[in-house]
Amino acid sequence: MLYVLGFIFVILGPFLGGLLSGVDRVFSARMQRRQGPPLLQPFADYAKFMQKKAYIINGLQTFLITGHLIFVILAGWILYAGQDILLSIFSLTLSEMFLCMAAFSASAPYSNMSAQRELLQMACTEPMLLMIAIGFYLSSGSFMVTDIVAQKTPAIIHVPGFFLGFLVILVVELRKSPFDVSTSHHAHQEMVKGVTTDITGSLMGIVELSEWYEYFLMFSYVALYFVSSNPLSLLVGILMGCLVMFLMTLIDNTFPRVRWERMLSVCWATTLIFAGGNLLLLTLLKMF
Amino acid sequence: MKISKSPWILHYDGSSCNGCDIEVLASTTPRYDLERFGIINTGDPKHADVFLITGGVNYQNRDVVQQLYSQMPDPKVVVAVGICACDGGVFKDCYNIIGGVDKVIPVDVYVPGCAARPESIIDGVVKALAILDKKRERMAQGLVPDEKVWTNTIVRPGSQEKQED
Ligand code: SF4
Repeated sequence: MLYVLGFIFVILGPFLGGLLSGVDRVFSARMQRRQGPPLLQPFADYAKFMQKKAYIINGLQTFLITGHLIFVILAGWILYAGQDILLSIFSLTLSEMFLCMAAFSASAPYSNMSAQRELLQMACTEPMLLMIAIGFYLSSGSFMVTDIVAQKTPAIIHVPGFFLGFLVILVVELRKSPFDVSTSHHAHQEMVKGVTTDITGSLMGIVELSEWYEYFLMFSYVALYFVSSNPLSLLVGILMGCLVMFLMTLIDNTFPRVRWERMLSVCWATTLIFAGGNLLLLTLLKMF
Repeated sequence: MKISKSPWILHYDGSSCNGCDIEVLASTTPRYDLERFGIINTGDPKHADVFLITGGVNYQNRDVVQQLYSQMPDPKVVVAVGICACDGGVFKDCYNIIGGVDKVIPVDVYVPGCAARPESIIDGVVKALAILDKKRERMAQGLVPDEKVWTNTIVRPGSQEKQED
């Protein structure tokens, strides 16, 4: 039964993710007092990339980009099929590694430089992503998603610190900030187009597709903090997911020029303070 | 979905006086808001569909213009913005100027004006989009994207008359 839910994610994930990214772009435009693109613009972009000619640099690139897509789907499937959340996070990391390697495989300097910075970015987000799994374990006593959603009280009650830490890295994970690393949809990036600089045509379409999956996956991680055995909590989860996505757009528009040095210090500091503090507190509470 | 629903622009400043560039940038500001049409000003030729050039071409940037053009995947259109990009404009007779952009790459839409106004730039881009769709249709039929065969006519330094390249 749960496996079916996983497959529903595989089918619906990109639509919802693409919609999220469309809403994000419209809100972003409104925050800048612009009218903004149509809501379905991300789908138009995708359709365009699929119709354009692809200049494929080497045979490896196709393989790596496909790997990127497959592992991000797997990460979502694992989550929705109620399996081990740790595995889901590892799969997500692997998929990002694939994208990074695709960028390294091109000989263009911008592509290589962005890949290096993408690695830095991963160094910032990975500790916290692992902490998320630990947080869920502390609150529910299990890494299985089926157990996490079966708790009496939602995870946010036990591990609010982990959630706050997650919010900070979410900005980086969704490629909103910092501007000199991320491959976002803004013009005038320092790194041209980040890791996707040398990816063209249908391959770029696949990257966009995996981005939507990732969007929806992140949305689901956020919602997971609010879901408990009470069915109504699902509604709260979805609501909070939307709210957090709005917050991400707001943060992106408020701090458009964060640099990667800043990202390093902020991400690690918040991981240490929020997640570490929460961990310490839980341990102390258990002792007494 | 039509390819013209998501045209991404690559903007290159040839030997323009920057007047036209300011106008191009102006048309991306919130007041004119290009993104309404799904247009994104990208810095990456490999993602771009519309090549927006301001200013004429000289002997130094000729290779750059051709390189950028060749890096853009088909279908693609070129918009020459400002009278300089159309035929050299006030710099036409300078010793270093080859002429308009069409001397080195095929141009699809000419936007006149010195400097071209944001309204006419947006107008020119929207015109180019119709051509972009046509090119895509030709590609889908297995034809080459361009209808006309473009021949490269440049004036070499030292020689007075035009030569076929
Ligand atoms: S057309 Fe006029 S404003 Fe534009 S680059 Fe030429 S001289 Fe400058």
